Amino acid sequence: MAGAGPAIEARGLVKVFGETRALDGIDLTVRRGQVFGFLGPNGAGKTTTIRILATLARPDGGTARVLGCDVASEAGAIRARVAVTGQFASLDDDLTGYENLVVLGRLRGLSRAASRRRADQLLAAFDLTGSAGRPVGGYSGGMHRRLDIGASLIVTPDLLFLDEPTTGMDPRSRSQVWELVRQIAAAGTTVLLTTQYLEEADRLAEQIAVIDHGRIVAEGTSAQLKARVGSGTLHVRLLDREQRSLARAVLAGTLEDPVQLGADPLTLSVLLATPADPAHVGRLVGHAMTRLSEARVAIAEVTLGQPSLHEAFLALTGHPASPAATGHGDASS
Amino acid sequence: MSTPTATTSAGMAETHHLEGLLAAGGPPRRAGALAASATFGWRAMLKIRHEPSQLTDVIAIPVVFTVLFTYIFGGAIGGTPGHYLKSLLPGTLVMGITAVTMYGGARLATDVTTGVFDRFRSLPVWRGALVLGSLLGDVGRYLLAATIVVVLGIIIGYRPGGGAPGVIAAVALVIAFGLSLSWLWAVTALLVRDPAIVMSIGLAVLLPPTFASNIFVQPRTMPGWLQAFVKVNPISHVADATRELMNNTGSAGGPVAWSLIATAAITLVFAPLALHLYSKQD
Repeated sequence: MAGAGPAIEARGLVKVFGETRALDGIDLTVRRGQVFGFLGPNGAGKTTTIRILATLARPDGGTARVLGCDVASEAGAIRARVAVTGQFASLDDDLTGYENLVVLGRLRGLSRAASRRRADQLLAAFDLTGSAGRPVGGYSGGMHRRLDIGASLIVTPDLLFLDEPTTGMDPRSRSQVWELVRQIAAAGTTVLLTTQYLEEADRLAEQIAVIDHGRIVAEGTSAQLKARVGSGTLHVRLLDREQRSLARAVLAGTLEDPVQLGADPLTLSVLLATPADPAHVGRLVGHAMTRLSEARVAIAEVTLGQPSLHEAFLALTGHPASPAATGHGDASS
Repeated sequence: MSTPTATTSAGMAETHHLEGLLAAGGPPRRAGALAASATFGWRAMLKIRHEPSQLTDVIAIPVVFTVLFTYIFGGAIGGTPGHYLKSLLPGTLVMGITAVTMYGGARLATDVTTGVFDRFRSLPVWRGALVLGSLLGDVGRYLLAATIVVVLGIIIGYRPGGGAPGVIAAVALVIAFGLSLSWLWAVTALLVRDPAIVMSIGLAVLLPPTFASNIFVQPRTMPGWLQAFVKVNPISHVADATRELMNNTGSAGGPVAWSLIATAAITLVFAPLALHLYSKQD
C-alpha cells in the first residue's frame, strides 16, 4: 500500500443534477483500515458520493483523493486498487455465477487458469458452489449479494465500496453479509459502507457520517452519535384508545421530552434525548410506568428501542428523513 | 432459504476460507486492451448461449428478406426469379446485414442501463473494450446472417459466378460495412440509452437509403434528384461491389474501393465518438 495518508480524503464535493444539488459540499476523511459507515435515507447523496470516489462520476465542485490518488487525474490508479459493490454496480443476470466471476477475473488481469481457479475458490468460500452453473438472474437476494461481494474480492482491494449491502434482505442473509464485511475489514481492507439502517452502521462501522440532502449533518463514533440522538425511544401501546390523552398527560408530566402520538390511535412514543446512561434511562422509564399504572392506564405493550433512523434524523437534522424531497438525486443516473 | 443447519455450516465455511482468500497475493498486472476486448466478446457469446432467442433478428431478417423479395419483386422486375436473383441476392445480403446492425445498438443500450455496466466501468481496463468486445460479438452475428442469405440463395437457385472466393470477399466487405454502422448505433445507444428509441432512430436512418439505392432496381426510372442520391449513397456502392464480387462481373473494382472508403469514413467518425461517450464520466 503506497502512502500513509488517509484512504479517502474529500473536500467540498458538489454534484448537481439539473435543479437538484445531490451533493452540497461533502467533506470526508476515512482512515486506512477503517470501516466507515455512510448513513442516510434514499436520495441523501450516498450513492452519488461513492460513484465520485470510485471514479464513475465527476464532481461538479471540490476535490477528492482516494488511496493518495486524485479522482480526476489519476482514475486509472484508483480503479486498480478499489472494488465497488452494490445497488448500482452489480452482476450480469444472464450469465451464471461462475461465468460472472471468470469474466471479471479476466478483466482484472488474471490468466484464464487463474480466473477459473479464483472463481471456484470464491464460490466455495461464499457457499455458492451448488448454484455456480445457474444464471445469476435466478439467485435469491442473499445469494446475489454474496456473489456480488465475492466478485469484489477477485483481487483483494485496498478499499472496498459497499453500497447498501443489505437493503431488502432477510435478517439471516443480513447477518451473513455483516460477518463477511467484518472478515474483509479484518484482513486489512478499508471499507466504505453506505446504509439506511442505523443498526448496520452501529454494528459494523467504527466511524459514521450521517448524510442528508447532500450534506453531512453529523459525524462520529456510534456512541458519540447516539449520545447526540438520545438514549432511545419509549414506545407505549394502549389497550384502549380513549385513554391516549390521559397517557400522554402522564408521560409529559414524568419525562422531560415531548410525547409523540403514533399513526395508530393506540400508540405513543417519547424520544429520550437525555445522554446515554442505561441506568438513568431505566429509572426514568420505570418511573413513567409506575405513574401510568397509578393513573389506571391499561397498557398492552411497552418497548424501549434504539432510536430508529427516522428518529435519529429528527434529532440530528430537525426534520424527518424525506426521500421524496430530494427526488432521484441518489438514483444511479 | 437454507435450513439453520446449512447456514451454520456455511458461516463456518466462510470464516474458514475467506482468510486464505484475502491473503492471496498482490494485484496482477492490468489486463491489456485486446485481452479485455476479447473477454467482452466472449461475454457476448456466453449471453447468446444462455439466451438463444437473441439470435431471432439475425435469423429471421435474412430469411424473410431473401424469400420475400425474391418472390414478390423478382418476377415483376426481372422476369424469372432465377434471373433476378443474380442482381437481387447480393443486394439482399447488404440489406439484411444493414438491418441487423441496429439490433446490436439496441442491445448495447440495454447493457448500459444495467448495473453490470457500472461494475465494468469501475475496473482498471481500457474503457473502449466493452464497445469493441460487443462489436466482436457482432462479427459472429453478421457472419451467421450472411451465411443464411447465401445458403438460402443457393437453395432457391442463385449461382455465384465468383465462386467461393467471390462470396467470401463479398461477405467480408458487407461485414466491414456493417461494423462501421455498428459504431453509429453504439453512439446512438450511448446517447439515448433506450433500446426502443435506438430502434426507431435506426429504422428512420436506414430505411430511406436502403430503398433509395440500386438494391432493388437500377435508378434509370427515378427522378433526377433521387438518381443523384442513389449515386452517392454508400449502400449503392456496397451493393454494386457485392454484386461484382459474387457474380465475378467486376472490371476495375471501383465500387469495392468506394465501399471501403465509405466504410472507413463512417468508422473514423463514429468509432472515436463512441469510445469518447463510453469513457466519459457522468
